[in-house]
Amino acid sequence: MEALNGKSVFGGIAIGKIKIFDKGESVVKRTRVEDIQAEITRFEDAKETAKEQLGALYDKALIEVGEVNAMIFEVHQMMLDDLDYVEAIRHMIEGQNVNAEFAVATVGDNFAEMFAAMDDDYMKARAADVKDISDRVVAILQGKQDIGVLSDEPVIIVADDLAPSETVLIDKSMVLAFVTRHGSTNSHTAILARTMNIPALIGIDYSDDMDGKQAIVNGYDGIFYVDPEASVLKEFQEKQKDDLDKKRLLLELKGKEDVTIDDKRIHLYANIGSVADVAAVLANDATGIGLFRSEFLYLGTKNYPTEDEQFAAYKTVAENMGGKKVIIRTLDIGADKQVDYFQLGKEDNPAMGYRAIRICLNEPAIFKTQLRAIYRASYYGNISIMYPMIISVNEVRQIKAIVEEVKDELDAQKIPYGEVEQGIMIETPAAVMISDLLAKEVDFFSIGTNDLTQYTLAIDRQNPKLDSIYDSHHEAVLRMIRMVVENGHKENCWVGICGELGADISLTKTFLKMGLDELSVSPSMVLKIREVIRNTDTTK
Amino acid sequence: MKEFTYTITDAQGIHARPAGQLVKLAAGMGCNITITKDGRTVDAKRIMGVMSLGAKQGHTVTIQADGEGEAEAIEALETFMKENL
Repeated sequence: MEALNGKSVFGGIAIGKIKIFDKGESVVKRTRVEDIQAEITRFEDAKETAKEQLGALYDKALIEVGEVNAMIFEVHQMMLDDLDYVEAIRHMIEGQNVNAEFAVATVGDNFAEMFAAMDDDYMKARAADVKDISDRVVAILQGKQDIGVLSDEPVIIVADDLAPSETVLIDKSMVLAFVTRHGSTNSHTAILARTMNIPALIGIDYSDDMDGKQAIVNGYDGIFYVDPEASVLKEFQEKQKDDLDKKRLLLELKGKEDVTIDDKRIHLYANIGSVADVAAVLANDATGIGLFRSEFLYLGTKNYPTEDEQFAAYKTVAENMGGKKVIIRTLDIGADKQVDYFQLGKEDNPAMGYRAIRICLNEPAIFKTQLRAIYRASYYGNISIMYPMIISVNEVRQIKAIVEEVKDELDAQKIPYGEVEQGIMIETPAAVMISDLLAKEVDFFSIGTNDLTQYTLAIDRQNPKLDSIYDSHHEAVLRMIRMVVENGHKENCWVGICGELGADISLTKTFLKMGLDELSVSPSMVLKIREVIRNTDTTK
Repeated sequence: MKEFTYTITDAQGIHARPAGQLVKLAAGMGCNITITKDGRTVDAKRIMGVMSLGAKQGHTVTIQADGEGEAEAIEALETFMKENL
């Protein structure tokens, strides 16, 4: 037995045979052909087959990774029909009496070189596109089976790394797990594994002679066992059985209502941090989005995102959620989330510093751009807004005045928008203590338990020395939550939790008893919480 | 013959997806359409050519339409460029 250590990108246990996925550059031989017309027909047929495959890929990708990511396959189809490309291949077959494989491979290389020579990342990606489509046509001409057909039994796919077109191609019913040498926790393979609910490991330094051997993928600890001993195999078979029972149970809960035995209802929403996360929200059957972190639009860019860029992202999410609630949290930059172009400067105590709504109120132009984008998107779905790091009624009033300005501007420009519920995050003890006053100002509260715990206990979340006393179950935190619920309800203001505590199943019953109206958790936790809710009787 | 000049504002320029959309739009038009950047002219109905321009934010391109329906074509292309690029 060999045990290889890697990193898990998705949990679960898989047991099966290893299939090493070898992309192996195909060797294309040059041969002389006499019947040129027949050769051109072979090429045309292969091109059509390639386009059909890409069409199927597009359809698959549309469901698995969304329209924006799927569109690359449509572009590939167009490239295959490009006259410059097609004519170059035809001319080569005609002029040099060569086989179609050779002509496609050579022309593909020439085009790829042309793009690659332009020496920037964008062009390098185009070079890869041309290689990709040409390889596909060559593979069809050579009668190679689509990599979609890997094996006649489900296998553990082991590869150096997997490209989007490869992961989309693979017949999912034949995959038990993904194991790669490279890749990252956010790679396409990782996303796919999460969507498919199968274990995946990265950073596994496998060797080619492992092909066909039996193996265990432990997606919990990130360990890959090759040729496992009987005792280990038995242990994991039992673990796997437990897992499957659980998965089946969870699957049974899809489409079920979030209601307790004694008929208490709660809204179970999901937290997301990008447009792509919507797929997981829908797959896990959350009934809305309780926290849409808008920071992804600002992080990793060189400049402020434009109103239109933001509008497009919000609109896509609202539309994909099909009328279900989407609560967008306005910019929460600062503290541990730094963005260069904001030029925030170094602070001794950033968690208590210039961040979130404090920046927005100080720089209303940035804030208004985001609000305009959100309001414009609200016309296309059911959008609510919430504001982070509130400590005073005055802040809320300032926000409301800016919101009114934005609405007036949109009215003047005759730009339509929908009804947008206004809420605030409750994450400071100050907001808790004046929640009776704040409740008169807004439609809802969403309790951010991570910051609330940090500020209540005066424990820096970033300081590992304090981990042992960082207790999110501290009675002080629970009392704060109870107080917020009570004060909110007195003013008809609904109250939810969007922090990590919301996903803590040991507290679900406590929260239900407190009367919380909403819990928003990471998509993968939704069904687990639903199971707990449906098995809870708050009268007992 | 009709033409217009446009400076790209989209941060990513004419990358793969908008290039595909642009070619699709141009391919549906009866007249000849070309795009010129820095003295290099390509057929707007051919995606490899359009992508090979490497047109990015701040670059200026000239789009020409020649033939039947050129006025409508230019109008549609101008709208497309403004909305997407």
